[in-house]
Amino acid sequence: MAVNELQSTRKPPIFQIGAILWLRTNLFSSWVNGLLTLASLYLLYISIPPLLDWMVLSANFNFGTVNILGFEIKFSEVMADNQNCGREAACWPYIYEKLYMYIYGFYPREESWRPDTVYGLTALLFVIVRLVRNYKYKNRVILSLIVAYPIVSYILLAGGFGLLPVVETHRWGGLLLTLVIASVGIIVSFPIGVVLALGRRSDLRVIKLFSTLFIEFIRAVPLITILFMASFVLPLFLESGNNFDKLLRALIGIALFQAAYFAEVVRGGLQAIPKGQYEAADAIGLSYLQKNALIILPQALKISIPNIVGSSISLFKDTTLVLIIGLMDMLAMVNMTSQDPYWLGRETEGYVFVTMVMWVILYSMSRYSRKLEIRFNTENKN
Amino acid sequence: MKQQNILSQVKSLTFREILYNNEVRAFFFQVATFLLIFGLFYTIIGNLFDNIEARGIHTGFSFLKNRAGFDILPFLGNYLQDYTPESSNLTVFYVGLINTLVVAFIGIIITTFLGLFIGIARLSNNYLIAKLAGGYIELFRNVPVLLQIFFWYNIFINIFPHPKKSLSFFDVVFLNQRGLYLPKPILENGFLLVIIAFVVGIILTVFMKRYFNKKHDETGVHTRTLGYSTLLILGLPAVFFLLLGSPLHFDFAVLGKFNLNGGMQIVPEFIALTFALSVYTATYIAEAIRSGIEAVDKGQKEAAAAIGLTQTQSLKLIVMPQALRVAIPPTINQYLNLTKNSSLATAIGYPELMSSFGGTVLNQVGQAVEILGMAMLVYLVISLCISLLLNFVNKRMAIPER
Amino acid sequence: MKQLLKLSVASFLIAGALAVQASTLSDVQSKGYLSCGVSKGLAGFSAADSSGTWTGVDVDVCRAVAAATLGDATKVQFVPLTAKERFTALQSGEIDMLSRNTTWTITRDASLGLNFAGVNYYDGQGFMVKSSLGVSSALELGGAAICIQAGTTTELNLADWGKQFGIDYQSVVSDTNSQTLSNYDSGRCDVLTTDASGLYSMRAASNDPSEHVVLPEIISKEPLGPVVRQGDDQWFNIVRWSLNAMITAEELGVTSATVDDVTNNPERERLMGRSGNTHEYVGLTPDWTYNIISQVGNYSESFERNIGINTPIGIARGVNALWTQGGILYSPPFR
Repeated sequence: MAVNELQSTRKPPIFQIGAILWLRTNLFSSWVNGLLTLASLYLLYISIPPLLDWMVLSANFNFGTVNILGFEIKFSEVMADNQNCGREAACWPYIYEKLYMYIYGFYPREESWRPDTVYGLTALLFVIVRLVRNYKYKNRVILSLIVAYPIVSYILLAGGFGLLPVVETHRWGGLLLTLVIASVGIIVSFPIGVVLALGRRSDLRVIKLFSTLFIEFIRAVPLITILFMASFVLPLFLESGNNFDKLLRALIGIALFQAAYFAEVVRGGLQAIPKGQYEAADAIGLSYLQKNALIILPQALKISIPNIVGSSISLFKDTTLVLIIGLMDMLAMVNMTSQDPYWLGRETEGYVFVTMVMWVILYSMSRYSRKLEIRFNTENKN
Repeated sequence: MKQQNILSQVKSLTFREILYNNEVRAFFFQVATFLLIFGLFYTIIGNLFDNIEARGIHTGFSFLKNRAGFDILPFLGNYLQDYTPESSNLTVFYVGLINTLVVAFIGIIITTFLGLFIGIARLSNNYLIAKLAGGYIELFRNVPVLLQIFFWYNIFINIFPHPKKSLSFFDVVFLNQRGLYLPKPILENGFLLVIIAFVVGIILTVFMKRYFNKKHDETGVHTRTLGYSTLLILGLPAVFFLLLGSPLHFDFAVLGKFNLNGGMQIVPEFIALTFALSVYTATYIAEAIRSGIEAVDKGQKEAAAAIGLTQTQSLKLIVMPQALRVAIPPTINQYLNLTKNSSLATAIGYPELMSSFGGTVLNQVGQAVEILGMAMLVYLVISLCISLLLNFVNKRMAIPER
Repeated sequence: MKQLLKLSVASFLIAGALAVQASTLSDVQSKGYLSCGVSKGLAGFSAADSSGTWTGVDVDVCRAVAAATLGDATKVQFVPLTAKERFTALQSGEIDMLSRNTTWTITRDASLGLNFAGVNYYDGQGFMVKSSLGVSSALELGGAAICIQAGTTTELNLADWGKQFGIDYQSVVSDTNSQTLSNYDSGRCDVLTTDASGLYSMRAASNDPSEHVVLPEIISKEPLGPVVRQGDDQWFNIVRWSLNAMITAEELGVTSATVDDVTNNPERERLMGRSGNTHEYVGLTPDWTYNIISQVGNYSESFERNIGINTPIGIARGVNALWTQGGILYSPPFR
């Protein structure tokens, strides 16, 4: 028998290729792993289909005829009401009917272009900040925008100054209020936080003591106690006869609360600055203000940006607490709208809807923060 | 500029020099800050007293002795304090405090296990498990915890059946929209001995562990202690229990006209709150555990494998001890967050501190300053305790530098 | 101590920035609107429709005061408040008056630094259960779970009632009216308790009113009325007499339609400010009562428009009828 015949290469065993290999290494590498995989599959099996069924398959989408950007889209002859919606699955016409409340609260309908403009301006702000990234005077542009944006937004939303009809703050609600509280909270608390961080790192004992006391006190108590304080006790601290808007009081509470957290984030950044930077700044004769404004803070803030965004995310989540002191934010609208006699008992749809909106916002924010983290990490290594 | 500096050095002790002297400036700034803050406090506290007087609001803590007059949702705090509407406002404070601590305690236990599990699962080489854990974190971390509390509460009271159609587990445990009903243990004389036996068992186990650890360090002989520990901790009390003729009875829930009566009712408010807080906080703990494990040098795992440790041994003896060093401080911070977040219970009416005392009593009495002050003080103390614990742990875990 | 105060820079800054306290009336007139605390939503008493217009009997009291002080019943800023917030909002000066189905009790009147200016609705606490339970009396409620709103007198009444009749129940306390209602609706509790008016209002709002029964027992007295801060007697008088003007107008048969017809009736003339100088005593213009009645209407008009038999709420006048018609509504004379 001749053995010099060329033997054909044998195929790898079926278990070592393609999908089966992937399954073996990733899902069934040991019997424990196999069991875990099966358990996970079972978990998915009992949770996903009913959820999908409730949200989409059996859900009611009878919105009637909807006008989207000028196109008439006909979902059904008439809009479904609470009775013919059924209790077993989601009734989305409820959300559709109450959408205005969820987004604008009690803001007068004929003035709704004003919050819309603010939403648009906010988006524009982000676009501009991205576009001018490589522009020579980008700092000046961004700084002037940051100053102008709140003023313009305030005039648009609140009205007054003889320009626009006044819309009192107790008519603001829904997503609008959530965004107002979050953005005002972040913008106002940031400078306070920086000052507190510098104060805590200061050599001056009295300043250090007060900053530390403030930061630690605020961080030790829940936001809700601060909001109660702002709501019930703050008016007593002022000379009597001073009217104080409820929203403004909540904003003061939130800004002080967030300032303490920003202070700790910025302090972390300050601690990361090598001592040599301080000494070098001192050596060239810079004053305290010059040293911090030109040398230390720009570096410290840059390191802290991911954490600043992280802290802002927490604040955004915390804005929902204002409903406990009676402000009508987006979450409060669930209770408000499902008490409507015509839509009684539709809380679940409301909660799911608000969850989806909040999740999209918060998830994008956290993705953004992670991106920043990666970017700054590589920059530091270079 | 330079010339001026040189000039001022030549002249001795001019006004300028004093003005630019760092110590003088420091002193001036501190005095100014102090006065500013003192003045601020003086003004607002002055206003506070003026306002309180002008509005005829009562002051002082005498309200604590007054009859509360309202009901509180029955839960642990009620039972431990024997609360009735005849009790004082101070009792309400204690009831609230107990209920806060119960949520914090149970929540911390659940969230630790959940977080540990998810954190390890996140790094599992099982594709599905890792993705599911990642999905869990992204989903629950990015939804405000208050919304989660509302959501689970709403789900709980809507999907579980009416008491008349309770889900029954062997007629011992019942579940319906009004909560989970467990048998209520009724202790008789002598049960104290069983508890003592249990404690003694634990102490003996600790000593035993120490002895075998020492033996292991000296001789390298590893002894399996799990069996002995079980025997000591569970067996010892069991012997006493049987010897004393089972000094323990259970009160089971039975269906009454409207509700299940008797038994131990775990109200849905508590379940929803604890569940939401644990699920939310676990995402942070999982991330802490994950970054802890990732911080362990790869060489450590390779070395463990090289000396023939199994995967489990490697995880238990090499990886986790080092990972926990990184993971424990942020985890303890999350415990504090969970405790603080328990104050959100006021939204669904679970009678913890901010809901019963900071809410109902505040409304009945109207003395916001005293009541909120007391509530804040409690949280301050809790957070101080957790900080001390953190410092202690940090000190214990610090790698001794050589 | 005064010295230290002067030393502090901050106190100067703050003191300078704060205005001097003015009387509530001049405050309202200078800002041009009345700030009135109302319920967050209780159909027939105070509720906002989706365009933000407030209606209800409590709202009408606010409107009457605005008409009296500003001559325009629409110049009201409604501040929706929870039961918990209402007193602090008034104490702190955030609102000028409170008209939020608030029960007049000695504790509230005497210890919170507040004054009740009258009663605009005589109410009592009742119970509502689902008809399917087959309960016909509150005394059968032993062992039931009862939904109740935190921070109200109903909470205290319920405890007293339970003690008095030895009825053991479980109270499920929620923060807001809507949460209470949703708890009752989903079956977290068997019974809903609050003021009877509120029960009727909620029953009317439900999908099928016949599914719910309001039990016959009324376990408390709940005189609901507007509240003002202590220490401003002029303002107190304005609010009290604005309400009284509405009641007196009904008694004298003056409605928003017949407001100009005061011929040969000295009492009507006095009420409408055609004779006498009562307006000077409260510090208002002579047409203050005219503005109230022409713009808001008399008590009967407000009642029938918002909660009367012909509305979905459907409450009969009952004890809230005039004293001349078998009720206890009684206003001291305009003289």
